Amino acid sequence: MSDLVADNVSMRFTTPTGQTVHALENLNFTLKQGELLSVLGPSGCGKTTLLNIVAGFLRPSEGIFRLGDKEIVGPGVDRGMVFQQGALFEWLTVAQNVDFGLRMRGEKSKDTAEKVEKWLDIVGLQGFGDVPTYQLSGGMQQRIALARCLINDPDVILMDEPLGALDALTREKMQSLVLKIWKETGKTIMIITHSVEEALLLGERLFVMAPRPGRLHKSYELPFAERGLKEDLRDIKNDPEFGQKREEILTMIWDMEEEIMGQVAGSDTA
Amino acid sequence: MSGRSILVGLTVLVLIGLIIWTIIRGRYVARTERIDAVFGNPERALGGWYWIICGVSSVLLIWFYFSWDAARAYVPTAANEMCQVAKLEAAGNPIRSRFAIDERLDRSTTVLIRDRNQLDGLSNSVDKLDMSDTQRAEAKAIVSEMKSLMIGLASPSNFNSETAASVEDIASRLQNLNAQLEDPSYPGEPSADQIAKAESQPGWGEGSDEIPIAPASAAGYKFDAAAKEMSLIAKDFSRIRNTTPEFLTTVEDLENRIKAFEAETDGELKRTVSNMKKLLKRVDDGAIFPSSAMNAIDTGIRQIDATAIDQLGAFHWVDTFLMPGGKITAGSTNCTEQGSGRWLPKPSDTLATLWRLAKPSEGYKGFPLLWYEWRPIGKVTEMLIPDMVADLVPGKYPVPDDQGNLTPNLKSKTLAFATGDYNSFSVPVPMGHVWDSLVRVLLGLFFGIILGVPLGLFMGLSRFAKGYFDPLIELYRPVPPLAWAPLILTIFGIQDDGKIFLLFMVAFAIMVISARTGATGTSLSKIHAAHSLGATPWQILRNVIAPNSLPEILTGIRISIGVCWGTLVAAEMLAGTTGVGFVENVARKQSDYEIIWVTIILLGLLGLMFDLGMRWVIKRTIPWRGKG
Ligand SMILES: Nc1ncnc2c1ncn2[C@@H]1O[C@H](COP(=O)(O)OP(=O)(O)OP(=O)(O)O)[C@@H](O)[C@H]1O
Ligand SMILES: [Mg+2]
Repeated sequence: MSDLVADNVSMRFTTPTGQTVHALENLNFTLKQGELLSVLGPSGCGKTTLLNIVAGFLRPSEGIFRLGDKEIVGPGVDRGMVFQQGALFEWLTVAQNVDFGLRMRGEKSKDTAEKVEKWLDIVGLQGFGDVPTYQLSGGMQQRIALARCLINDPDVILMDEPLGALDALTREKMQSLVLKIWKETGKTIMIITHSVEEALLLGERLFVMAPRPGRLHKSYELPFAERGLKEDLRDIKNDPEFGQKREEILTMIWDMEEEIMGQVAGSDTA
Repeated sequence: MSGRSILVGLTVLVLIGLIIWTIIRGRYVARTERIDAVFGNPERALGGWYWIICGVSSVLLIWFYFSWDAARAYVPTAANEMCQVAKLEAAGNPIRSRFAIDERLDRSTTVLIRDRNQLDGLSNSVDKLDMSDTQRAEAKAIVSEMKSLMIGLASPSNFNSETAASVEDIASRLQNLNAQLEDPSYPGEPSADQIAKAESQPGWGEGSDEIPIAPASAAGYKFDAAAKEMSLIAKDFSRIRNTTPEFLTTVEDLENRIKAFEAETDGELKRTVSNMKKLLKRVDDGAIFPSSAMNAIDTGIRQIDATAIDQLGAFHWVDTFLMPGGKITAGSTNCTEQGSGRWLPKPSDTLATLWRLAKPSEGYKGFPLLWYEWRPIGKVTEMLIPDMVADLVPGKYPVPDDQGNLTPNLKSKTLAFATGDYNSFSVPVPMGHVWDSLVRVLLGLFFGIILGVPLGLFMGLSRFAKGYFDPLIELYRPVPPLAWAPLILTIFGIQDDGKIFLLFMVAFAIMVISARTGATGTSLSKIHAAHSLGATPWQILRNVIAPNSLPEILTGIRISIGVCWGTLVAAEMLAGTTGVGFVENVARKQSDYEIIWVTIILLGLLGLMFDLGMRWVIKRTIPWRGKG
């Protein structure tokens, strides 16, 4: 079992001006293998920081993250990441981007061609293999980034607002795709989003985070992801239970935002 | 009319036609074309190739015009005729220079002011010097005597009648010459000798002398004859002195008094005495005249100048409009173009010179501009392969055996190969001034790139490298490369090695900085992505950081090329015996403007070629620049 375990994780940044920012404080959770977690929270509450720590790009100031029984100390192929902005290598073609990970591990590009075709097919970009990536739209680039991550077959998939740049239709297709991949591969997935609907739809579990210091505010277990595998996503959205959850979380986030505003206003007068 | 003149004449017409046509076209397009872009949108500047033609044509036309190539093509006889006028002018110059013609004050006044000031200065210094009272009184008396003598010369009442008669004579001769200039029959039919000379001389710019000097037209004969007469008059004029017998006795008296004064002085006073003597000699010159005494001569010479222009007729307008920016002047043995006609060589001549220098048999200083030679392959391998390669081959160099014979082994054979010590076929190898410069730039650039880029990337990624190498580079980089040149050329030699090292230094600093900027500019998420895709640090460097820095590196190369060219040409001017800069420097010493321009054009073309090449490379290799 390779569960993802957060053990008292805190993260503090020191800004160049010497101030300390509590990006994360005392995070404790366990994500079982094969669980799909969506993370929601106001801007600046430490979501990306959390993901970066899991990916191994940052070391937490305190506490440890464990994947299985190994402490996470650096980046690795067992954890794939899809970035907020595609972070594609614009000097490479689509196919070269997609099989980058495979090539780095010694595979020849002629051997990877088949896999690349398959994954381009899955993300709906068949035949784009030889196109330079800079000629693609933002949404297309995001799908390439997805394929580039998934072709590597990581145990944990980390996604930082992967669908933010997509149009409504593609976004819905991609949401189904994420669910499909989750179901078929049984991978652990952590997905950050700004959209409450998306968080509800995709998250088997859902964390709502609060800012200053960044912390876990509330945790949900949700049925919608499981249902999304069988039903039409739009039907689920129209479900009264879905609507009620959505309102609840939206109110929660609104309150947090208001609190932040109040703090800022208060500090002005103080 | 020579073929070259016809070609130039046609070209000028074509250029004028092109300019007119492109302007009309440009205006027409601007009026009829719909431009969607609002003002300020750079798209408004797109297109417009016809303006390029217009610009190029204008530049060429200006060149043809100000170098007097157009004048030479259309009025080939103009220079010869202007030369005759210049002779007349030159002959009259000794007279003219005495009057306020090219100056503001006439010479007599200038001399008067200058000498009086110097006498005042002398009088002041006498006050300050250490001497007995009687000595001081005598010195001051001498100076004030000289002053009154000098001022006396400028007074009309002292004007000597004999001098007045000479002035009168010169004036009437000038008037006579003026009348002759106006007389169509002057100076009569040219002699057979004159005609032969005129017909045998080459045209303007065709012979070794720039401008044919012998008169060859009716007006030419007239000016030539007038010039001869004028130089006789000028000679007599320069003999006129403004003196009187009384004046001469006073001068002699003063001379004796100064001598007497000198006898009792020593040390510092000697200087004052010698100044007194010098000033007395000047006063004795008789170069000071009453201000109106020579008015008649002044009027005469001005009249002749006006008549000369009159007699020049249409050629006067050729001079004014087709030969701008200078004029033709006559020396004692030849006539030359002055002004822009001199320092701006004619396009047709420049092209011909370039053509001549480009011929491998000709070249410059016995070395072609760009050609090839057959060299034994041994000479090439000697240059390319360092001798120490042989040291790396395992084994020992052979030693003589009992009979004193050497048996070559692999090691000695390698050495022979590296030193070019073997017989074999020859290969063509490029050579020449241009090639030498090119090779220097390319080699300097090459070493700068292969050493600078890795170090720059390293410095962008490692604290050690940044801290350790930064002071080194930042200490030498701000020094202008040419300030290094004397030192580097001394250490590494004035031929290729020193220059290549200098260029290496230039390119190295630029490449380090640009590669470093490129490396630090890699976006973090790309690095992160590569990490989580399983790339090793080396793979990330090669596959992410290096390509991501490519735009900066290529820009760095582009800048390096420019700076290297500049530095190289200057370094070649400093020292060495080959290269474009060397050619220009020698040409400069000989005031050979055509070759100077040829080198400028060569350098321009080479620079353009490099830049177009770099643009092409940039377009091919980094089309994604700025689109990440
Ligand atoms: N390198 C850093 N140095 C200093 N402070 C940082 C650094 N990285 C993040 N922070 C701070 O940590 C907090 C969390 O940042 P993070 O990027 O994780 O937010 P986020 O939840 O991903 O926001 P968003 O939804 O806008 O992407 C923010 O207040 C941010 O200012
Ligand atoms: Mg974020």
